[in-house]
Amino acid sequence: MSLSSTSLLRIYTAAGRMAVMEQLQYRAANLMFMVHLVIEPVIYLVVWSAVAEAQGGQVAGYTAAQFAGYYMVWTLVRQFNLSLSPNSFHWRIKEGRLAGELLRPIHPIQTDFGYWLGFKVPQTLYWLPVAALLWLAFRPELSPEPWHVLAFPVALMLAFLLRFLLLWGLGLVCFWTERVDGVFESYFAAELIFSGRLVPLEVMPAWVQNAAAWLPFQWTFYFPIESLLGRMSASQFVSGALTQAAWVAGIFLLLQLLWKQAVQHFTAVGT
Amino acid sequence: MSSHSIVVKELRKTYKVPEREAGLKAAIKSLVARKTKDVHAVDGISFQIEPGEIVGFLGPNGAGKTTTLKMLSGLLYPTAGELSVAGHVPQKRQREFLQQITLVMGQRSQLNWDIPAIDSYDLYRAIYGIPQEQFKQARDEMIEIMQLKELVKKPVRNLSLGERMKAEMVGALLHQPNVLFLDEPTIGLDVTMQRRIRAFIQEYNQRYNATVLLTSHYMADVQALCKRVIVIHHGKLLFDGELTALVERFSAMKTLVLTMSDMNGKTPDMAKYGTVVTQEPNRVVLRVAKSDAPQVTARLLADLPVTDLTVDDPPIEEVIESVFDTPEEKP
Repeated sequence: MSLSSTSLLRIYTAAGRMAVMEQLQYRAANLMFMVHLVIEPVIYLVVWSAVAEAQGGQVAGYTAAQFAGYYMVWTLVRQFNLSLSPNSFHWRIKEGRLAGELLRPIHPIQTDFGYWLGFKVPQTLYWLPVAALLWLAFRPELSPEPWHVLAFPVALMLAFLLRFLLLWGLGLVCFWTERVDGVFESYFAAELIFSGRLVPLEVMPAWVQNAAAWLPFQWTFYFPIESLLGRMSASQFVSGALTQAAWVAGIFLLLQLLWKQAVQHFTAVGT
Repeated sequence: MSSHSIVVKELRKTYKVPEREAGLKAAIKSLVARKTKDVHAVDGISFQIEPGEIVGFLGPNGAGKTTTLKMLSGLLYPTAGELSVAGHVPQKRQREFLQQITLVMGQRSQLNWDIPAIDSYDLYRAIYGIPQEQFKQARDEMIEIMQLKELVKKPVRNLSLGERMKAEMVGALLHQPNVLFLDEPTIGLDVTMQRRIRAFIQEYNQRYNATVLLTSHYMADVQALCKRVIVIHHGKLLFDGELTALVERFSAMKTLVLTMSDMNGKTPDMAKYGTVVTQEPNRVVLRVAKSDAPQVTARLLADLPVTDLTVDDPPIEEVIESVFDTPEEKP
């Protein structure tokens, strides 16, 4: 099912536009989502700032202001790596939506990708006032050089792409079993610990840092956040972005194989 | 494969379904030793459909209709048998094949609930690569026929079931498919909506010479649209032919409706002529065996002051019921 890049671009644009229109429908839900988005990092920030102050001003090289910087960028990275919930596959299969999508002459991942790209547009606009408030409240320390600012979108996009593919792949579990909550919860628990979502990886024990090096999670949170903090050298950034790209390519190939198996297994029961 | 639009040869689909006795003990036992049984949802059916035909695909719930439609549209892999739809093998799910078909399932929605249907249609245009002019023309025409002009601008979640179904139909046909699989497209709709959807299907079929395979529990759909019907039961094919032939073959009874002149308060014993369905002072409805109908008619005309008499087949619903009561019948 190969498509020209023009056709793909047209599909991404149409799906993205649909996501924007959908987001604009729900003002209250968006407000609640923003509140939820802020609460999580603010809790981490308050806890770790307190710990830093209690330990003489620093934890694993992070001052309270640097923690504030970390979690400030966290909110933007979280906006961007936000992606399809694997649970939605369960819903799609149950409601018969997936059957309909499989009848289209296009891989369903393409419309999902366009949709989630479009989703970022209103969400980023909503994020701006939130970021301003956080800035005023916590006075973060950020010292990026101009090249960090230019490199950051690359890391951000690769983080989105990687997390999108990971969650899409995880959703395929629903093709084989209906009770998927345990699998998804385990995944998100692992992500929380090994990604830098909960806390910068330097603060974690050595074994977590070692394990994280072999897992994809840190490339979806920790790396893009760090790339804007201004503490990374150019070579570290290039090496990191290449690792992100390698993970994207690897997961993409794995997903191709899994998808073929999943479709063969799909029996459309309950659609 | 051939010039037929749809070819089905010895098609089979067998599901493995878990099976266990009732109760806690059986539940615990099934944790260790799972038992499954084979369910033959479709059991060796064969038929062909020509381009432009509208065929009713009938059967009771669980007969295998939807499973067959899903195999024909490439959503299910057949366990055995051969399939060809518009010259393609459906389970290969090639782009060229998917461009030519549509499957509409009643009460299943593909439109985005949160935005107006007209905005979802734009996504369909991109997916199917429909040229802008062709898209606009097809969309506006269908919206006009379905009388959806204002409704397509409302978020889909605000539409009634019937309105939503009409909007779904438009979305499903925007790419102008040659082969339509319609699974209960009028289910749950009121009579007016049913009629409009029927008219739309007929219009589409005539305009594009599209092949339509339609399942419906509403015989009005079948009578209005389908000259030919295929009946399946327990996954097996029971009948394939014209609707009139189905009635002829499976209807063992005839309905006689008599109107009589005033009988001065006398009530004749109608039971001796056949089964009395209803009896009013001057009007009687009788059910008689098809083979006895000519003799009974002659006796009625000779014995009673009949002013009007009609001989009808029973309602199609009753005929279909009698078909389903004949599980071992072979085509």
